[in-house]
Amino acid sequence: MENGRQKQYFLRKIKDRVFLLAVFVCTLIAVLPLLFVLSHILLKGLGAINLDFFLHLPTPVGEAGGGMGNAIIGTLILILLACGIGLPIGILGGIWLAQFGDGKRGFFIRYSADVLAGIPTIVIGMFAYALIVIRMGRFSALAGGFALGLIMIPTIVRTTEELIKMVPRSLYEAGLALGIPGWKVTLRIIFRTAWSGIFTGIMLAVARIAGETAPLIFTAFNTPYWSFRLDQPMASMTVTIFNYAISPFDDWHAKAWAGSLVLIFAVLGVTLLVRKFSKQVQYG
Amino acid sequence: MDSVKDSRISGDLPAGRDQEIRGKIDVLNLNAWVADKQALKNINMKVYENRVSAIIGPSGCGKSTFIRCLNRLHETVSGAKSSGNIFLDGENILRTGFDEVVLRRKVGMVFQKPTPFPTMSIYDNVAAGIKLYSRYSRGELDGIVERSLKHAALWEEVKDILDKPGPSLSGGQQQRLCIARALAVKPEVLLLDEPCSALDPISTGKIEELIHELKKNLTIVIVTHNMQQAARIADFTGFFLLGELIEFDITKKIFMAPSDKRTEDYVTGRFG
Repeated sequence: MENGRQKQYFLRKIKDRVFLLAVFVCTLIAVLPLLFVLSHILLKGLGAINLDFFLHLPTPVGEAGGGMGNAIIGTLILILLACGIGLPIGILGGIWLAQFGDGKRGFFIRYSADVLAGIPTIVIGMFAYALIVIRMGRFSALAGGFALGLIMIPTIVRTTEELIKMVPRSLYEAGLALGIPGWKVTLRIIFRTAWSGIFTGIMLAVARIAGETAPLIFTAFNTPYWSFRLDQPMASMTVTIFNYAISPFDDWHAKAWAGSLVLIFAVLGVTLLVRKFSKQVQYG
Repeated sequence: MDSVKDSRISGDLPAGRDQEIRGKIDVLNLNAWVADKQALKNINMKVYENRVSAIIGPSGCGKSTFIRCLNRLHETVSGAKSSGNIFLDGENILRTGFDEVVLRRKVGMVFQKPTPFPTMSIYDNVAAGIKLYSRYSRGELDGIVERSLKHAALWEEVKDILDKPGPSLSGGQQQRLCIARALAVKPEVLLLDEPCSALDPISTGKIEELIHELKKNLTIVIVTHNMQQAARIADFTGFFLLGELIEFDITKKIFMAPSDKRTEDYVTGRFG
Protein backbone atom coordinates (compact mmCIF):
# COMPACT_ATOMS: atom_id res chain seq x y z
CA MET A 1 0.00 0.00 0.00
CA GLU A 2 2.65 2.40 1.16
CA ASN A 3 4.81 1.30 -1.74
CA GLY A 4 2.03 1.95 -4.30
CA ARG A 5 1.49 5.46 -3.02
CA GLN A 6 5.19 6.17 -3.22
CA LYS A 7 5.20 4.97 -6.82
CA GLN A 8 2.23 7.15 -7.68
CA TYR A 9 4.00 10.12 -6.18
CA PHE A 10 7.09 9.63 -8.33
CA LEU A 11 5.00 9.07 -11.41
CA ARG A 12 3.23 12.35 -10.75
CA LYS A 13 6.54 14.11 -10.26
CA ILE A 14 7.84 12.76 -13.55
CA LYS A 15 4.68 13.75 -15.42
CA ASP A 16 4.99 17.23 -13.97
CA ARG A 17 8.58 17.54 -15.16
CA VAL A 18 7.77 16.21 -18.63
CA PHE A 19 4.94 18.64 -19.19
CA LEU A 20 6.93 21.56 -17.83
CA LEU A 21 9.69 20.70 -20.28
CA ALA A 22 7.21 20.35 -23.14
CA VAL A 23 5.73 23.77 -22.37
CA PHE A 24 9.18 25.30 -22.20
CA VAL A 25 10.24 23.78 -25.54
CA CYS A 26 7.05 24.92 -27.26
CA THR A 27 7.49 28.43 -25.92
CA LEU A 28 11.05 28.43 -27.18
CA ILE A 29 9.94 27.26 -30.61
CA ALA A 30 7.35 30.02 -30.68
CA VAL A 31 9.86 32.71 -29.79
CA LEU A 32 12.77 31.42 -31.85
CA PRO A 33 11.51 32.58 -35.27
CA LEU A 34 11.23 36.13 -33.95
CA LEU A 35 14.76 35.97 -32.60
CA PHE A 36 16.03 34.49 -35.87
CA VAL A 37 14.28 37.13 -37.97
CA LEU A 38 15.50 39.97 -35.78
CA SER A 39 19.09 38.74 -35.56
CA HIS A 40 19.24 37.93 -39.27
CA ILE A 41 17.93 41.35 -40.23
CA LEU A 42 20.32 42.99 -37.78
CA LEU A 43 23.30 41.14 -39.23
CA LYS A 44 22.39 41.78 -42.84
CA GLY A 45 21.00 45.27 -42.53
CA LEU A 46 23.19 47.04 -40.03
CA GLY A 47 26.06 47.35 -42.51
CA ALA A 48 24.05 49.45 -44.97
CA ILE A 49 22.65 51.85 -42.39
CA ASN A 50 24.18 55.29 -42.19
CA LEU A 51 22.99 58.86 -42.19
CA ASP A 52 22.73 58.88 -45.99
CA PHE A 53 20.28 56.03 -45.80
CA PHE A 54 17.79 58.27 -43.99
CA LEU A 55 18.46 61.50 -45.87
CA HIS A 56 19.22 60.64 -49.48
CA LEU A 57 17.33 59.46 -52.54
CA PRO A 58 17.92 56.03 -54.03
CA THR A 59 20.76 56.04 -56.56
CA PRO A 60 20.66 54.33 -59.96
CA VAL A 61 22.09 50.85 -60.23
CA GLY A 62 25.86 50.75 -60.06
CA GLU A 63 26.18 54.09 -58.34
CA ALA A 64 27.28 53.77 -54.73
CA GLY A 65 25.65 55.52 -51.77
CA GLY A 66 22.15 56.86 -51.64
CA GLY A 67 19.34 55.84 -49.32
CA MET A 68 15.62 55.72 -49.05
CA GLY A 69 14.78 59.04 -47.39
CA ASN A 70 11.89 59.54 -49.78
CA ALA A 71 10.43 56.17 -48.83
CA ILE A 72 10.63 56.92 -45.12
CA ILE A 73 8.84 60.25 -45.59
CA GLY A 74 6.42 58.55 -47.99
CA THR A 75 5.49 55.89 -45.46
CA LEU A 76 4.87 58.58 -42.82
CA ILE A 77 2.64 60.55 -45.22
CA LEU A 78 0.73 57.42 -46.18
CA ILE A 79 0.18 56.60 -42.51
CA LEU A 80 -1.13 60.11 -41.87
CA LEU A 81 -3.49 59.80 -44.84
CA ALA A 82 -4.67 56.41 -43.60
CA CYS A 83 -5.28 57.87 -40.13
CA GLY A 84 -7.20 60.75 -41.67
CA ILE A 85 -9.58 58.27 -43.22
CA GLY A 86 -9.50 55.40 -40.73
CA LEU A 87 -9.59 57.19 -37.38
CA PRO A 88 -12.71 59.37 -37.67
CA ILE A 89 -14.73 56.57 -39.24
CA GLY A 90 -13.34 53.91 -36.93
CA ILE A 91 -13.67 55.87 -33.71
CA LEU A 92 -17.13 57.26 -34.40
CA GLY A 93 -18.27 53.84 -35.61
CA GLY A 94 -16.92 52.24 -32.44
CA ILE A 95 -18.66 54.80 -30.25
CA TRP A 96 -21.91 54.20 -32.09
CA LEU A 97 -21.59 50.44 -31.69
CA ALA A 98 -20.87 50.75 -27.97
CA GLN A 99 -23.79 53.09 -27.35
CA PHE A 100 -26.51 51.95 -29.72
CA GLY A 101 -25.21 48.71 -31.18
CA ASP A 102 -27.49 46.33 -29.30
CA GLY A 103 -29.97 45.66 -32.08
CA LYS A 104 -29.89 44.17 -35.56
CA ARG A 105 -28.09 47.12 -37.08
CA GLY A 106 -25.34 46.79 -34.49
CA PHE A 107 -24.97 43.11 -35.23
CA PHE A 108 -24.77 43.82 -38.96
CA ILE A 109 -22.12 46.50 -38.56
CA ARG A 110 -20.07 44.44 -36.12
CA TYR A 111 -20.22 41.48 -38.47
CA SER A 112 -19.22 43.63 -41.44
CA ALA A 113 -16.24 44.98 -39.53
CA ASP A 114 -15.10 41.46 -38.73
CA VAL A 115 -15.46 40.41 -42.35
CA LEU A 116 -13.61 43.51 -43.53
CA ALA A 117 -10.81 42.68 -41.10
CA GLY A 118 -10.51 39.26 -42.67
CA ILE A 119 -10.25 40.42 -46.27
CA PRO A 120 -6.71 39.96 -47.65
CA THR A 121 -5.07 43.35 -47.90
CA ILE A 122 -4.17 42.83 -51.54
CA VAL A 123 -7.89 42.68 -52.30
CA ILE A 124 -8.33 46.01 -50.53
CA GLY A 125 -5.51 47.32 -52.73
CA MET A 126 -7.32 46.12 -55.83
CA PHE A 127 -10.48 47.80 -54.62
CA ALA A 128 -8.64 51.10 -54.20
CA TYR A 129 -7.09 50.57 -57.62
CA ALA A 130 -10.46 50.08 -59.26
CA LEU A 131 -12.09 52.92 -57.35
CA ILE A 132 -9.41 55.60 -57.44
CA VAL A 133 -6.39 54.72 -59.57
CA ILE A 134 -8.36 53.84 -62.70
CA ARG A 135 -10.54 56.94 -62.41
CA MET A 136 -7.63 59.28 -61.77
CA GLY A 137 -5.65 57.63 -64.51
CA ARG A 138 -2.55 57.32 -62.36
CA PHE A 139 -1.15 55.90 -59.16
CA SER A 140 -1.38 58.25 -56.22
CA ALA A 141 -0.59 58.60 -52.53
CA LEU A 142 -4.27 59.25 -52.04
CA ALA A 143 -5.21 55.80 -53.32
CA GLY A 144 -2.54 54.23 -51.09
CA GLY A 145 -3.72 56.14 -48.02
CA PHE A 146 -7.30 55.18 -48.82
CA ALA A 147 -6.40 51.47 -48.99
CA LEU A 148 -4.45 51.61 -45.71
CA GLY A 149 -7.27 53.58 -44.09
CA LEU A 150 -9.77 50.89 -45.05
CA ILE A 151 -7.51 48.28 -43.47
CA MET A 152 -7.40 50.31 -40.25
CA ILE A 153 -11.15 50.82 -39.91
CA PRO A 154 -12.25 47.43 -38.53
CA THR A 155 -9.45 47.31 -35.95
CA ILE A 156 -10.21 50.82 -34.74
CA VAL A 157 -13.97 50.20 -34.68
CA ARG A 158 -13.69 47.10 -32.56
CA THR A 159 -11.02 48.46 -30.21
CA THR A 160 -13.01 51.63 -29.61
CA GLU A 161 -16.19 49.66 -29.01
CA GLU A 162 -14.59 47.22 -26.59
CA LEU A 163 -12.85 49.90 -24.58
CA ILE A 164 -15.87 52.16 -24.34
CA LYS A 165 -17.94 49.21 -23.19
CA MET A 166 -15.39 48.59 -20.46
CA VAL A 167 -16.17 51.97 -18.90
CA PRO A 168 -18.78 51.22 -16.24
CA ARG A 169 -22.30 52.44 -16.91
CA SER A 170 -22.27 54.14 -13.51
CA LEU A 171 -19.95 56.81 -14.96
CA TYR A 172 -22.36 57.43 -17.82
CA GLU A 173 -25.23 57.76 -15.36
CA ALA A 174 -23.17 60.02 -13.11
CA GLY A 175 -22.65 62.31 -16.09
CA LEU A 176 -26.32 62.27 -17.04
CA ALA A 177 -27.31 62.97 -13.43
CA LEU A 178 -25.32 66.22 -13.59
CA GLY A 179 -27.58 67.39 -16.38
CA ILE A 180 -24.98 66.91 -19.09
CA PRO A 181 -26.55 65.89 -22.43
CA GLY A 182 -25.93 62.24 -23.32
CA TRP A 183 -23.70 62.85 -26.34
CA LYS A 184 -21.49 65.15 -24.31
CA VAL A 185 -21.20 62.59 -21.54
CA THR A 186 -20.12 60.04 -24.14
CA LEU A 187 -17.53 62.27 -25.79
CA ARG A 188 -16.17 64.23 -22.84
CA ILE A 189 -16.31 61.67 -20.05
CA ILE A 190 -16.68 58.13 -21.39
CA PHE A 191 -14.44 58.54 -24.43
CA ARG A 192 -11.83 60.36 -22.38
CA THR A 193 -11.83 57.57 -19.82
CA ALA A 194 -11.37 54.96 -22.52
CA TRP A 195 -8.89 57.08 -24.51
CA SER A 196 -5.59 55.65 -23.27
CA GLY A 197 -6.72 52.17 -24.28
CA ILE A 198 -8.07 53.37 -27.60
CA PHE A 199 -4.79 55.16 -28.25
CA THR A 200 -2.94 51.88 -27.72
CA GLY A 201 -5.24 50.28 -30.28
CA ILE A 202 -4.60 53.09 -32.74
CA MET A 203 -0.84 52.82 -32.43
CA LEU A 204 -0.97 49.06 -32.92
CA ALA A 205 -3.12 49.56 -36.02
CA VAL A 206 -0.61 52.13 -37.30
CA ALA A 207 2.24 49.73 -36.67
CA ARG A 208 0.36 47.13 -38.66
CA ILE A 209 -0.36 49.25 -41.72
CA ALA A 210 3.19 50.59 -41.71
CA GLY A 211 4.29 47.12 -42.71
CA GLU A 212 1.71 46.60 -45.46
CA THR A 213 3.07 46.11 -48.97
CA ALA A 214 0.37 44.49 -51.03
CA PRO A 215 -2.21 47.28 -50.93
CA LEU A 216 0.43 49.84 -51.93
CA ILE A 217 1.89 48.11 -54.97
CA PHE A 218 -0.89 49.20 -57.28
CA THR A 219 -2.14 52.26 -55.42
CA ALA A 220 0.67 54.49 -54.19
CA PHE A 221 3.08 52.57 -56.42
CA ASN A 222 6.61 53.89 -55.96
CA THR A 223 8.95 56.60 -57.11
CA PRO A 224 12.68 57.12 -56.81
CA TYR A 225 12.19 60.86 -56.16
CA TRP A 226 11.03 63.01 -53.30
CA SER A 227 7.27 63.07 -53.53
CA PHE A 228 4.94 65.17 -51.46
CA ARG A 229 1.99 65.54 -53.80
CA LEU A 230 -0.93 63.41 -52.80
CA ASP A 231 -2.18 62.98 -56.36
CA GLN A 232 1.14 61.53 -57.51
CA PRO A 233 2.80 58.19 -56.88
CA MET A 234 4.59 58.06 -53.57
CA ALA A 235 7.47 55.93 -52.36
CA SER A 236 6.97 53.74 -49.30
CA MET A 237 9.45 51.68 -47.35
CA THR A 238 7.67 48.39 -47.94
CA VAL A 239 7.36 48.71 -51.72
CA THR A 240 10.93 49.98 -51.96
CA ILE A 241 12.13 47.00 -49.95
CA PHE A 242 10.12 44.75 -52.23
CA ASN A 243 11.62 46.22 -55.38
CA TYR A 244 15.15 46.11 -53.98
CA ALA A 245 14.81 42.58 -52.70
CA ILE A 246 13.70 41.13 -56.05
CA SER A 247 16.41 43.02 -57.96
CA PRO A 248 19.56 41.19 -59.03
CA PHE A 249 21.98 43.70 -57.41
CA ASP A 250 23.92 43.07 -54.24
CA ASP A 251 23.94 46.72 -53.24
CA TRP A 252 20.16 46.86 -53.50
CA HIS A 253 19.83 43.66 -51.49
CA ALA A 254 21.82 45.23 -48.70
CA LYS A 255 19.58 48.30 -48.84
CA ALA A 256 16.50 46.09 -48.69
CA TRP A 257 17.85 44.52 -45.51
CA ALA A 258 18.58 47.94 -44.07
CA GLY A 259 15.08 49.11 -44.93
CA SER A 260 13.61 46.05 -43.24
CA LEU A 261 15.69 46.73 -40.19
CA VAL A 262 14.52 50.32 -39.91
CA LEU A 263 10.89 49.37 -40.50
CA ILE A 264 10.88 46.50 -38.04
CA PHE A 265 12.52 48.48 -35.29
CA ALA A 266 10.26 51.46 -35.86
CA VAL A 267 7.21 49.21 -35.53
CA LEU A 268 8.70 47.37 -32.58
CA GLY A 269 9.62 50.66 -30.93
CA VAL A 270 6.13 52.08 -31.35
CA THR A 271 4.56 48.92 -29.97
CA LEU A 272 6.85 48.78 -26.97
CA LEU A 273 6.49 52.48 -26.18
CA VAL A 274 2.74 52.26 -26.37
CA ARG A 275 2.65 49.22 -24.10
CA LYS A 276 4.90 50.95 -21.62
CA PHE A 277 3.06 54.24 -21.48
CA SER A 278 -0.54 53.17 -21.83
CA LYS A 279 -1.29 52.77 -18.18
CA GLN A 280 -4.46 51.10 -17.14
CA VAL A 281 -7.02 53.61 -15.90
CA GLN A 282 -8.75 52.49 -12.75
CA TYR A 283 -12.46 53.00 -12.71
CA GLY A 284 -14.07 54.57 -9.66
CA MET B 1 -48.68 75.77 -3.15
CA ASP B 2 -49.79 73.03 -0.79
CA SER B 3 -51.13 73.60 2.64
CA VAL B 4 -49.27 72.32 5.62
CA LYS B 5 -51.83 69.64 6.16
CA ASP B 6 -51.66 66.63 3.95
CA SER B 7 -54.25 63.93 4.26
CA ARG B 8 -51.59 61.26 3.97
CA ILE B 9 -49.53 62.71 6.78
CA SER B 10 -50.79 62.23 10.31
CA GLY B 11 -49.88 64.24 13.36
CA ASP B 12 -47.86 67.45 13.42
CA LEU B 13 -45.42 68.18 10.69
CA PRO B 14 -41.92 69.05 11.85
CA ALA B 15 -41.92 72.83 12.00
CA GLY B 16 -39.78 74.70 9.52
CA ARG B 17 -37.42 77.49 10.45
CA ASP B 18 -39.19 80.70 9.55
CA GLN B 19 -40.86 79.04 6.66
CA GLU B 20 -43.97 77.14 5.87
CA ILE B 21 -43.50 73.57 4.87
CA ARG B 22 -44.17 73.24 1.21
CA GLY B 23 -44.44 70.35 -1.22
CA LYS B 24 -41.58 70.19 -3.71
CA ILE B 25 -42.24 67.00 -5.60
CA ASP B 26 -45.63 65.40 -5.95
CA VAL B 27 -45.71 61.84 -7.25
CA LEU B 28 -49.08 60.68 -8.58
CA ASN B 29 -49.93 57.16 -9.71
CA LEU B 30 -46.37 56.35 -10.67
CA ASN B 31 -45.77 52.95 -12.24
CA ALA B 32 -42.43 51.75 -13.51
CA TRP B 33 -41.17 48.69 -15.29
CA VAL B 34 -37.73 47.20 -15.65
CA ALA B 35 -37.84 44.97 -18.72
CA ASP B 36 -41.13 43.09 -18.22
CA LYS B 37 -41.18 43.26 -14.46
CA GLN B 38 -43.22 45.93 -12.76
CA ALA B 39 -40.91 47.56 -10.26
CA LEU B 40 -43.23 50.29 -8.96
CA LYS B 41 -46.95 49.98 -8.49
CA ASN B 42 -49.09 53.07 -8.28
CA ILE B 43 -46.88 55.19 -6.07
CA ASN B 44 -48.34 58.37 -4.55
CA MET B 45 -46.02 60.42 -2.43
CA LYS B 46 -45.08 63.96 -1.63
CA VAL B 47 -41.57 65.24 -1.06
CA TYR B 48 -41.36 68.36 1.11
CA GLU B 49 -39.09 71.27 0.45
CA ASN B 50 -36.02 71.65 2.66
CA ARG B 51 -36.73 68.36 4.33
CA VAL B 52 -35.03 65.00 4.20
CA SER B 53 -37.23 62.17 3.01
CA ALA B 54 -35.87 58.67 3.48
CA ILE B 55 -36.95 55.68 1.47
CA ILE B 56 -36.52 52.36 3.25
CA GLY B 57 -37.40 48.79 2.39
CA PRO B 58 -35.84 45.44 1.65
CA SER B 59 -33.70 44.78 -1.42
CA GLY B 60 -35.59 44.74 -4.68
CA CYS B 61 -38.56 46.68 -3.31
CA GLY B 62 -38.21 49.45 -5.88
CA LYS B 63 -36.49 52.11 -3.73
CA SER B 64 -33.76 52.80 -6.25
CA THR B 65 -36.15 52.64 -9.18
CA PHE B 66 -38.30 55.19 -7.40
CA ILE B 67 -35.64 57.83 -6.94
CA ARG B 68 -34.24 57.12 -10.40
CA CYS B 69 -37.66 58.10 -11.72
CA LEU B 70 -37.39 61.46 -9.97
CA ASN B 71 -34.58 62.57 -12.30
CA ARG B 72 -35.69 60.34 -15.18
CA LEU B 73 -32.52 58.31 -15.06
CA HIS B 74 -34.68 55.19 -14.87
CA GLU B 75 -35.78 55.46 -18.48
CA THR B 76 -32.21 55.65 -19.82
CA VAL B 77 -31.79 51.91 -19.24
CA SER B 78 -32.96 49.92 -22.24
CA GLY B 79 -36.29 48.24 -21.61
CA ALA B 80 -37.22 50.50 -18.69
CA LYS B 81 -40.53 52.33 -18.80
CA SER B 82 -42.67 54.43 -16.50
CA SER B 83 -46.13 55.94 -16.43
CA GLY B 84 -47.99 58.35 -14.19
CA ASN B 85 -47.09 61.87 -13.11
CA ILE B 86 -44.33 63.47 -11.14
CA PHE B 87 -44.80 67.16 -10.47
CA LEU B 88 -41.76 69.24 -9.63
CA ASP B 89 -42.94 72.66 -8.47
CA GLY B 90 -46.21 71.93 -10.23
CA GLU B 91 -44.70 70.93 -13.54
CA ASN B 92 -45.10 67.39 -14.80
CA ILE B 93 -41.61 66.11 -15.45
CA LEU B 94 -42.78 62.82 -16.95
CA ARG B 95 -44.66 64.69 -19.68
CA THR B 96 -43.25 63.79 -23.08
CA GLY B 97 -41.16 66.62 -24.36
CA PHE B 98 -40.02 67.73 -20.91
CA ASP B 99 -36.30 68.34 -21.22
CA GLU B 100 -34.57 65.84 -18.95
CA VAL B 101 -31.34 67.81 -19.12
CA VAL B 102 -33.07 70.79 -17.52
CA LEU B 103 -34.67 68.47 -14.99
CA ARG B 104 -31.38 66.88 -13.98
CA ARG B 105 -29.81 70.26 -13.36
CA LYS B 106 -32.55 70.89 -10.82
CA VAL B 107 -32.55 67.38 -9.41
CA GLY B 108 -29.02 66.13 -8.72
CA MET B 109 -28.04 62.63 -7.73
CA VAL B 110 -25.33 60.80 -5.84
CA PHE B 111 -24.96 57.05 -6.23
CA GLN B 112 -24.22 54.11 -3.99
CA LYS B 113 -20.69 53.60 -5.28
CA PRO B 114 -18.65 56.80 -5.50
CA THR B 115 -18.32 57.69 -9.18
CA PRO B 116 -15.55 60.27 -9.57
CA PHE B 117 -14.59 60.65 -13.24
CA PRO B 118 -11.30 58.72 -13.37
CA THR B 119 -9.46 60.89 -15.88
CA MET B 120 -10.27 64.17 -14.13
CA SER B 121 -8.60 65.96 -11.27
CA ILE B 122 -10.51 66.78 -8.09
CA TYR B 123 -11.03 70.30 -9.42
CA ASP B 124 -12.27 69.12 -12.82
CA ASN B 125 -14.55 66.57 -11.20
CA VAL B 126 -16.33 69.29 -9.27
CA ALA B 127 -16.37 71.59 -12.29
CA ALA B 128 -17.50 68.86 -14.70
CA GLY B 129 -21.22 69.55 -14.45
CA ILE B 130 -20.91 73.27 -15.10
CA LYS B 131 -17.98 73.18 -17.52
CA LEU B 132 -19.65 70.70 -19.82
CA TYR B 133 -22.85 72.73 -19.74
CA SER B 134 -21.76 76.24 -20.58
CA ARG B 135 -18.74 78.52 -20.59
CA TYR B 136 -17.41 79.96 -17.38
CA SER B 137 -14.35 82.05 -16.72
CA ARG B 138 -11.58 80.54 -14.66
CA GLY B 139 -12.41 82.88 -11.78
CA GLU B 140 -16.08 81.90 -11.76
CA LEU B 141 -15.12 78.22 -11.86
CA ASP B 142 -12.66 78.65 -8.99
CA GLY B 143 -15.39 80.22 -6.92
CA ILE B 144 -17.95 77.54 -7.68
CA VAL B 145 -15.48 74.72 -7.03
CA GLU B 146 -14.43 76.17 -3.70
CA ARG B 147 -18.00 76.88 -2.63
CA SER B 148 -19.16 73.39 -3.62
CA LEU B 149 -16.30 71.64 -1.87
CA LYS B 150 -16.96 73.73 1.26
CA HIS B 151 -20.63 72.80 1.17
CA ALA B 152 -19.64 69.17 0.84
CA ALA B 153 -17.31 69.54 3.85
CA LEU B 154 -14.34 68.44 1.77
CA TRP B 155 -12.55 71.73 1.12
CA GLU B 156 -10.19 71.57 4.08
CA GLU B 157 -9.04 68.08 3.10
CA VAL B 158 -8.42 68.72 -0.59
CA LYS B 159 -7.68 72.44 -1.01
CA ASP B 160 -3.97 71.74 -1.54
CA ILE B 161 -4.38 68.74 -3.85
CA LEU B 162 -7.03 70.00 -6.27
CA ASP B 163 -5.02 68.79 -9.27
CA LYS B 164 -4.72 65.21 -7.99
CA PRO B 165 -6.92 62.66 -9.76
CA GLY B 166 -10.39 62.17 -8.27
CA PRO B 167 -10.02 58.43 -7.64
CA SER B 168 -6.92 59.02 -5.49
CA LEU B 169 -9.16 60.04 -2.58
CA SER B 170 -10.51 57.63 0.03
CA GLY B 171 -13.98 56.16 -0.42
CA GLY B 172 -15.65 58.60 1.95
CA GLN B 173 -13.85 61.56 0.38
CA GLN B 174 -14.80 60.34 -3.08
CA GLN B 175 -18.43 60.26 -2.03
CA ARG B 176 -18.23 63.82 -0.70
CA LEU B 177 -16.48 64.77 -3.94
CA CYS B 178 -19.49 63.40 -5.79
CA ILE B 179 -21.77 65.42 -3.53
CA ALA B 180 -19.69 68.52 -4.24
CA ARG B 181 -19.92 67.78 -7.95
CA ALA B 182 -23.70 67.51 -7.69
CA LEU B 183 -23.89 70.73 -5.62
CA ALA B 184 -21.81 72.69 -8.15
CA VAL B 185 -24.74 72.55 -10.55
CA LYS B 186 -26.89 74.25 -7.88
CA PRO B 187 -29.69 71.73 -7.78
CA GLU B 188 -32.91 72.29 -5.86
CA VAL B 189 -33.32 68.63 -5.01
CA LEU B 190 -30.60 66.12 -4.19
CA LEU B 191 -31.24 62.40 -4.60
CA LEU B 192 -28.99 60.11 -2.62
CA ASP B 193 -29.08 56.43 -3.57
CA GLU B 194 -27.63 54.58 -0.57
CA PRO B 195 -24.74 57.03 -0.40
CA CYS B 196 -23.20 55.47 2.69
CA SER B 197 -23.52 51.76 2.06
CA ALA B 198 -19.96 51.51 0.75
CA LEU B 199 -18.49 53.67 3.52
CA ASP B 200 -17.10 53.10 7.00
CA PRO B 201 -18.94 54.48 10.07
CA ILE B 202 -16.80 57.61 10.37
CA SER B 203 -17.30 58.60 6.74
CA THR B 204 -20.97 57.76 7.14
CA GLY B 205 -21.17 60.08 10.14
CA LYS B 206 -19.62 62.90 8.13
CA ILE B 207 -22.08 62.45 5.30
CA GLU B 208 -25.00 62.39 7.71
CA GLU B 209 -23.85 65.65 9.28
CA LEU B 210 -23.51 67.04 5.82
CA ILE B 211 -27.05 66.03 4.89
CA HIS B 212 -28.25 67.88 7.96
CA GLU B 213 -26.47 71.03 6.77
CA LEU B 214 -27.53 70.68 3.17
CA LYS B 215 -31.24 70.54 3.86
CA LYS B 216 -31.15 74.22 4.76
CA ASN B 217 -30.88 74.94 1.06
CA LEU B 218 -31.97 71.72 -0.56
CA THR B 219 -34.68 69.14 -0.64
CA ILE B 220 -33.20 65.72 -0.05
CA VAL B 221 -34.47 62.25 -0.89
CA ILE B 222 -32.30 59.46 0.41
CA VAL B 223 -32.60 55.74 -0.19
CA THR B 224 -31.09 53.75 2.62
CA HIS B 225 -30.79 50.17 3.76
CA ASN B 226 -29.98 51.36 7.20
CA MET B 227 -33.05 52.08 9.31
CA GLN B 228 -31.08 53.78 12.06
CA GLN B 229 -29.77 56.14 9.44
CA ALA B 230 -33.28 56.97 8.31
CA ALA B 231 -34.30 57.51 11.93
CA ARG B 232 -31.31 59.81 12.51
CA ILE B 233 -31.48 62.05 9.51
CA ALA B 234 -34.90 61.95 7.90
CA ASP B 235 -37.90 64.16 8.60
CA PHE B 236 -40.13 61.86 6.61
CA THR B 237 -39.81 58.21 5.82
CA GLY B 238 -41.48 56.05 3.22
CA PHE B 239 -41.56 52.28 3.43
CA PHE B 240 -41.49 50.37 0.15
CA LEU B 241 -42.32 46.70 -0.21
CA LEU B 242 -42.53 44.72 -3.44
CA GLY B 243 -42.89 47.83 -5.54
CA GLU B 244 -45.56 49.44 -3.39
CA LEU B 245 -45.34 52.40 -1.06
CA ILE B 246 -46.79 50.84 2.07
CA GLU B 247 -46.57 53.89 4.27
CA PHE B 248 -45.22 57.41 4.14
CA ASP B 249 -45.20 59.54 7.22
CA ILE B 250 -43.18 61.56 9.66
CA THR B 251 -40.11 59.51 10.52
CA LYS B 252 -40.93 59.34 14.21
CA LYS B 253 -44.34 57.94 13.43
CA ILE B 254 -42.96 55.31 11.04
CA PHE B 255 -40.61 54.01 13.68
CA MET B 256 -42.69 54.52 16.82
CA ALA B 257 -46.23 53.94 15.71
CA PRO B 258 -46.56 52.74 12.14
CA SER B 259 -50.12 52.32 10.95
CA ASP B 260 -49.42 49.34 8.73
CA LYS B 261 -48.55 45.94 10.13
CA ARG B 262 -45.97 45.32 7.41
CA THR B 263 -44.15 48.54 8.26
CA GLU B 264 -44.09 47.55 11.89
CA ASP B 265 -42.73 44.10 11.06
CA TYR B 266 -39.98 45.65 8.97
CA VAL B 267 -38.85 48.41 11.32
CA THR B 268 -38.87 46.09 14.29
CA GLY B 269 -36.69 43.67 12.39
CA ARG B 270 -39.16 40.87 11.99
CA PHE B 271 -38.27 40.53 8.33
CA GLY B 272 -36.16 42.14 5.64
